[in-house]
Amino acid sequence: MLQVSIYRYNPETDSAPYMQEFQVDTQGRDIMVLDVLHMMKEQDNGLAYRRSCREGVCGSDGMNMNGKNGLACITPISEVVKGNKLVLRPLPGLPVIRDLVVDMGLFYQQYERIQPYLQNDEPAPAIERLQSPEDRDKLDGLYECILCACCSTSCPSFWWNPDKFVGPAGLLQSYRFLVDSRDTATRERLSELEDPFSVFRCRGIMNCVAVCPKGLNPTRAIGKIREMLLADST
Amino acid sequence: MSNMRSLSFDAIIIGGGGAGLRAALELAKSGKKTAVLSKVFPTRSHTVSAQGGITCAIASADPNDDWRWHMYDTVKGGDYIADQDAAEYMCSEGPKAVFELEHMGLPFSRFDNGRIYQRPFGGQSKDFGAGGQAARTCAAADRTGHALLHTLYQNNLKNNTTFLNEWYAVDLVKNANGDVVGCIAMDIETGEVVHVKSKATVLATGGSGRIYASTTNALINTGDGVGMALRAGFPMQDMEMWQFHPTGIYGAGTLVTEGCRGEGGYLVNKDGERFMERYAPNAKDLAGRDVVARSMVMEILEGRGCGENGDHVYLKLDHLGEEVLGKRLPGIVELSKTFAHVDPAKEPIPVVPTCHYMMGGVPTNVHGQAIMRGEDGKDQIVNGLFACGEVACVSVHGANRLGGNSLLDLVVFGRAAGMFIEGALNEGIDYLDASESDIETAMKRITRWNESESGETVPELKRELQAIMQNSFGVFREEENMQKGVKQLAELRGRIDNAYLPDKSNAFNTARVEALELDNLMEVAEATAIAALERKESRGAHSRYDYPDRDDVNWLKHSLYFPADKTIGKRDVNFAPKTVDTFEPKVRTY
Amino acid sequence: MVTNITNLGRSGLSDWLIQRVSAVILAAYTLFIVLYLLFNPDLDYLTWSGLFAQTWMRIFSLLAFISLAGHAWVGLWTVTTDYLKSTATRLTVQLLVILAIFAFLVWGIQILWGA
Repeated sequence: MLQVSIYRYNPETDSAPYMQEFQVDTQGRDIMVLDVLHMMKEQDNGLAYRRSCREGVCGSDGMNMNGKNGLACITPISEVVKGNKLVLRPLPGLPVIRDLVVDMGLFYQQYERIQPYLQNDEPAPAIERLQSPEDRDKLDGLYECILCACCSTSCPSFWWNPDKFVGPAGLLQSYRFLVDSRDTATRERLSELEDPFSVFRCRGIMNCVAVCPKGLNPTRAIGKIREMLLADST
Repeated sequence: MSNMRSLSFDAIIIGGGGAGLRAALELAKSGKKTAVLSKVFPTRSHTVSAQGGITCAIASADPNDDWRWHMYDTVKGGDYIADQDAAEYMCSEGPKAVFELEHMGLPFSRFDNGRIYQRPFGGQSKDFGAGGQAARTCAAADRTGHALLHTLYQNNLKNNTTFLNEWYAVDLVKNANGDVVGCIAMDIETGEVVHVKSKATVLATGGSGRIYASTTNALINTGDGVGMALRAGFPMQDMEMWQFHPTGIYGAGTLVTEGCRGEGGYLVNKDGERFMERYAPNAKDLAGRDVVARSMVMEILEGRGCGENGDHVYLKLDHLGEEVLGKRLPGIVELSKTFAHVDPAKEPIPVVPTCHYMMGGVPTNVHGQAIMRGEDGKDQIVNGLFACGEVACVSVHGANRLGGNSLLDLVVFGRAAGMFIEGALNEGIDYLDASESDIETAMKRITRWNESESGETVPELKRELQAIMQNSFGVFREEENMQKGVKQLAELRGRIDNAYLPDKSNAFNTARVEALELDNLMEVAEATAIAALERKESRGAHSRYDYPDRDDVNWLKHSLYFPADKTIGKRDVNFAPKTVDTFEPKVRTY
Repeated sequence: MVTNITNLGRSGLSDWLIQRVSAVILAAYTLFIVLYLLFNPDLDYLTWSGLFAQTWMRIFSLLAFISLAGHAWVGLWTVTTDYLKSTATRLTVQLLVILAIFAFLVWGIQILWGA
């Protein structure tokens, strides 16, 4: 029997959040944390969490498992459970709507702020725009982001300034477009980022790198943006 | 009901996957008041899981490639019940739609000359089958769906599309004339139920793979669009046609792209034999998916399956080398390690045919307009209702979809629906408003759940439904077993109609959403079962032990399932493409 | 671009540069002083004040003081914007920080070049 302690809060009935204990019979199998949640939801229909693809590509079920952010669907219990105990909490730093469901509004706002779309003011050719494999390789490790928010919600700089600091996820995407050989808005993008908060509030803590379920490296991308800003202004 | 809030749009698009977002983009650009209503944040839609690519004759891998060859493959792959005017439209418009995606920023992989990378996929040929294997699937590594969905979402942000994210569409609203004039929807976060009025309602709700116990589909693929359309009385087409993907990871059901075999991987049985050489001597592992899936099941049934129980086969990739795997199939390496605990660079992946795609759905024309049968027995357009993507049956996939054609279907017909609706709105659309009682009709089922006081609960009933479908309507089908399945489903429907929702709270009540989804699963399952029982032949994905041959005399037809009396009718397949000669039905071999 | 709370220079890049460059200068200065102390175990007042009587050492020290001032301002400004969400409190604290830094700097110059 796995001991699970889970954060519960229903705004209609609870004046404050609390931790609820569950016993889950995993039958000794090494299942995913999401499977554990399904079993708990059968015990308590009212338990709320997001989930969709259950294979780590949609980014719905980011949560805090035994203190570390990750995706429940690709985290086997053997990886997080210590001493037969699993503690599940919502992603830190965002308002809780109910149980493990957080309001991701601020996170999405920061994503939208970096203009996450290709900008090219030259007329499009009749076929595709050509891009060398080398230029395309520069997008690897950037475009794969699934917007699960595991990184940004583990970042102290984002906790303190979620309205001003773009956060690791948004900056990773910002660099994805800055470095795309097809994008022509580099200068405009950079000028939007040179203030003391948007990029520079990153203090290199690297929690983002430690938790990214896709193995991406936002800190590296942020460093590259800094280099571009420096090159652009000197 | 009169105190219910209402929202008004020119067009409401239900579903935020590839098709919905492509349609929305077209309408947002035109300045029409459009909203995308999605039960998940759009990039969590199932399009994100598509891996291998988008098949399209952009003449990159082969400068002489021809969309007509792609069309031929598509029609043949669909075992000749794909509508040829629709396949023609998709394959000829495809390049435009793919180039648009590239211009929007989709990070396609590249050849050395800078053009889009294309890989071979199953069922692809050059020169109408005479020129050998083609490489026609445009790919962004093995994350094409992810790249495509994010690109479309990003461009919708650019064009200021309105999003109703985490809203759940409950049912369609019809006016007194039977026109669709919007829907009832619930804001999941607050539980508020709203009447969404719209001149055009687009179903882009995707597939319904969750009717099966084992599926590659996301947990959200519950056939909401099919359910809504059926409850509104509209027919469904070719619902017996379910694609079983040859390579779902054994035990987990997660998808392993056909691109693995396109890059040179192949299937082996327990003796290490590359058995597809026996079943499809020419195309081998790149035969149509239905052919490969059946061959795998034959191997397993004849005792040549792998593992302790001999119930799966192996997909061998280790000979490709770590570099190719890392560059072309990085996502597969990740998934195999997570879900099969094997490193494909060293060991083969255990795989088994797994429910993957619904070829059937809401019958539509190439403009996405939903079609029903008029009183004169002829096709009749449903005013106000559109469908595109997996929920629609245009039909380009016929009895079996080719790999890489689903993403093309999404963007081509999402775009087509958007363009058509824009034109129609410009000309003016004026339908009668829904009355109080029309709205109440659409509110019936959510009201029932909210007022339920006791009964069986949702998870148990869902499991039972999935078991019935898995046991009676799988890769191979047979009369007696299907009869049993249909009976079990009828009984199950009675129980679902009396099921109980214990949690009646409003804030982010996922239990209520799952209850509403169960109704839809039930609709899809029953339509599938009855259509499968009725089609007495084997064609494409529909394989019957008792009718092992294709019957072109009686069944070179679409099936139409009518929900009112649960009967099956037939509808003519289109054999009249506009610019090419008809592809006459031939024996289908690979 | 975030413009609602801004530092003196309004540029994150210059702040960042100031912090990095000043850190290097402070590190060099610290290293120098530590080494100097190590190599002069029997240090007396005369040798010590002799060191600071040389012009290059005064320039080096002043550079270190200015670096310290810049480094402290950027760092403490960042800390106040992280933790002090009330504008009035934040401005007051920032003002005190500026005053303190200014006072220390003037005092430092006085020690170096005075008498």
